Amino acid sequence: MNTILTDVLVIGGGLAGLRAAIGAKQRGHRVLILSLVPPKRSHSAAAQGGMQASLANVIRGQDDNEDVHFEDTVRGSDWGADQVVARMFVNTAPKAVRELAAWGTPWSRVRRGDHNVVINGEKVTLTERDAAHGLIAQRDFGGTEKWRACHVSDGTGHAMLFTMSDQVIRHDIEVLERTEALALIHDGERCYGAVVRNLVSGELFACMAKATIIATGGAGRLYRVTTNAVICEGMGHALALETGVAPLGNMEAVQFHPTGIFPAGILVTEGCRGDGGLLRDADGHRFMPDYEPEKKELASRDVVSRRMEEHIRNGKGISSRFGKHLWLDITLLGKQHIEHNLREVKEICEIFLGMNPARSWIPVRPAQHYTMGGIRTNYTGESPWLKGLFAAGEAACWDLHGFNRLGGNSVAETVVAGMIVGEFIADFCDNPANTVAPPILLAGEFVRREKAALEKLLYHPGKENAFRLCAEMQDVMTRSVGIFRNADNLQEGVAHLRSLLRKSLDIGIVGKSGGSNPELVAAYRVRRMLKLAITIAEGAYRRVESRGAHFREDFPKRDDQNWLKRTLAFWSNDPESDLPRLEYEPLDVKRMELPPGWRGYGSKDYIDHPDTLARQLEVAEVKYSYLTAGKDRFALQEALMPYADYLPESLRGKNERLDEPLERR
Amino acid sequence: MKNRQITFQILRYNPQDVASKPRLQSYTLEKDSGMTLFIALNEIREQQDPTLQFDFVCRAGICGSCAMMVNGRPRLACRTLISDLPKTIVLTPLPFFELIGDLSVNTGKWMRGMSRHLEAWLHSREESPDLGRIEEKMEPEVAEAVYEMDRCIECGCCIAACGTAQMRQDFVGAVGLGKIARFRLDPRDIRADDDFYELIGDDNGVFGCMSLLACHDVCPKYLPLKTQIAFLRRKMAKIAIRQE
Repeated sequence: MNTILTDVLVIGGGLAGLRAAIGAKQRGHRVLILSLVPPKRSHSAAAQGGMQASLANVIRGQDDNEDVHFEDTVRGSDWGADQVVARMFVNTAPKAVRELAAWGTPWSRVRRGDHNVVINGEKVTLTERDAAHGLIAQRDFGGTEKWRACHVSDGTGHAMLFTMSDQVIRHDIEVLERTEALALIHDGERCYGAVVRNLVSGELFACMAKATIIATGGAGRLYRVTTNAVICEGMGHALALETGVAPLGNMEAVQFHPTGIFPAGILVTEGCRGDGGLLRDADGHRFMPDYEPEKKELASRDVVSRRMEEHIRNGKGISSRFGKHLWLDITLLGKQHIEHNLREVKEICEIFLGMNPARSWIPVRPAQHYTMGGIRTNYTGESPWLKGLFAAGEAACWDLHGFNRLGGNSVAETVVAGMIVGEFIADFCDNPANTVAPPILLAGEFVRREKAALEKLLYHPGKENAFRLCAEMQDVMTRSVGIFRNADNLQEGVAHLRSLLRKSLDIGIVGKSGGSNPELVAAYRVRRMLKLAITIAEGAYRRVESRGAHFREDFPKRDDQNWLKRTLAFWSNDPESDLPRLEYEPLDVKRMELPPGWRGYGSKDYIDHPDTLARQLEVAEVKYSYLTAGKDRFALQEALMPYADYLPESLRGKNERLDEPLERR
Repeated sequence: MKNRQITFQILRYNPQDVASKPRLQSYTLEKDSGMTLFIALNEIREQQDPTLQFDFVCRAGICGSCAMMVNGRPRLACRTLISDLPKTIVLTPLPFFELIGDLSVNTGKWMRGMSRHLEAWLHSREESPDLGRIEEKMEPEVAEAVYEMDRCIECGCCIAACGTAQMRQDFVGAVGLGKIARFRLDPRDIRADDDFYELIGDDNGVFGCMSLLACHDVCPKYLPLKTQIAFLRRKMAKIAIRQE
């Protein structure tokens, strides 16, 4: 058996994995990256509109800071986020943008003087400060108080990913392209690496490491209509789940993006609405202000998507032979703006819809977009259940996003988590206690087990077709575990998915090539996808409240009294097992810097946690006493919820802004 | 319904299998409105031939995975509409790159080698800037010009269409020259033309270009390769003359 030894095994070559790899390498550790595809083809490239970081350079971002970003993120999460993690994140995001700037990302820049923008359907002239000229620009996004989304035109993720990937090449970090991890090597307590399959030759080998990090992105392909790339099948989630030890958190929290182009589901950025685009119905009427007078088109994504579907249910959708849709109108932004700031959107419309968005409205309908749930980790990114296993980015439930992620926070999370978790992994590897002799025999056992499973799959004379099972699963998920959920649909969905999992044991494969064999890949992946699908559906069925993107028609209120807790899903090693075991991890209101309340958009009706009122009063008192005593925002924050000690030392410092200069050393 | 039928001729070859010989295989399909090659190829694989190999990732024209020869011309398959093509569609893998199987080629490996060879990353003045400080300023127009070249998705279309690349395996191609142009435009990069000359001042670099410029015509991101390469050649030629 071929075995590779390294210090850090990074599974996934997107932004989170690459940044963590660079961090560990810079600290002197050996690093190996596994990637299904060349890293520059990763789904990180699809982030279009921007990366949230409170630089406060543009005039509409003035007075933005970590505090405002923190509150937006927690409200966006519908109080599901880990507030300590959210604090770590907002303090690191400006550093991440500035690091990328130093590494070469061509961020769009502020131009001094007047410029015309569209806000709430009207032309407005903004005047940018002289001092801000040439600094990184921000645009507006949904669910935020300030213009905070730093961007590279509307190719933000692409530019970031190329910068990062070029840095990986520069640091001479080895990437094994076209390889897939099939199983984690572990003894129930400690993770030692992974069994890996070469997708071209079919060869199986073991990669053994002190620390293994899963950064494989999301699982959008569990759904029929998704903005996600075809490789986003949740295989990293499945790696952890199939250990039987490491749980997934909040898998029922699935985000639907309001503006997938109809019917293909290809994303057009939230930047369209951030820059002033409007949603219109069959009558050409701008309907969002009717539902959401405060934030209109720029409420959070869960709210906008729900309102759109509600409006379609009210008979206001546009009919087509593929079903109903609504319009996204960016014609009012003008040709010049679209050609410079929304050029990917323009290309997508021209090529996939054969229309020009400067002249016509874009047909859109919500599409699956983001997996808030993931491998549950602590603040260092490590699974508390399996030592040496880390996760970062969309694959992780760190938990920055709770039940709804804000636009621009995911591409920010990838890099920020990569920076933070990369440091903690380096600390982990530096600790002599974590240097153990790699258990080669155990690895051999795991490789043999995977090999036997693949051979059985390849030669089993089954009658089921993997592609058809996958399509059926996607239909069930779309029908039963979509934007609107209820007990009947979910129960039926879970039952249907369980029957598909049973059928997946009887898959037959036509082509017997053990090497590059797309049918074999589809077959072993669909079983894992079904386990994830069942985990999502069962979690959604059990969670009898509505929070963020998880909306139950039969339980429409957020219920902090009973459900202010994170779902943890474990999958038993018993081969007969077809349901996860669910546990719940409570969130402590008494430690929250921002106790639960109304989000500022969406439903005003929710059930309070018994501790909420007391904590709200406590926070109000501390705020009052600190502000009257003339203490600054940092002291106040420290008094409410200390977090700085959680950050790696190198990332603890303050962030400079035009209006908040740091002292020169 | 006969007029909706289209025929694919797809090059089949698995270099991993000694018994495999390159051949064109035919498939027929019912055309649907809005059908792209992404949809068509997946339909063929799922319903007719599960062994067919090809690469797609984003299916939205941004990741560069799916470049292939479509009726003799390099294109991104995901962005190619069936309705824009004749009733018989011949698909072959990109030439030049290592063949993985059928329509799948190893562009990733070549691109990585090229990036390493050309040191295609920002060479900055300061190794570890203070991340707490306000970022260095940059003119908005300059940032936009850098992004214009940074939009390259390394799909390999320019290489597949390149006359020089057919003859020189080590030619860096429009993709490589475009990267040099991108870093040359970037005021944060400390390298001067003399440094770039070391990287591309030969026949595997800018002087290998025969100005046929098919790269410019086939680039799916419409990068201004023609002007950028011409400009780069002028700059590099100056250094070559000086060094004579």
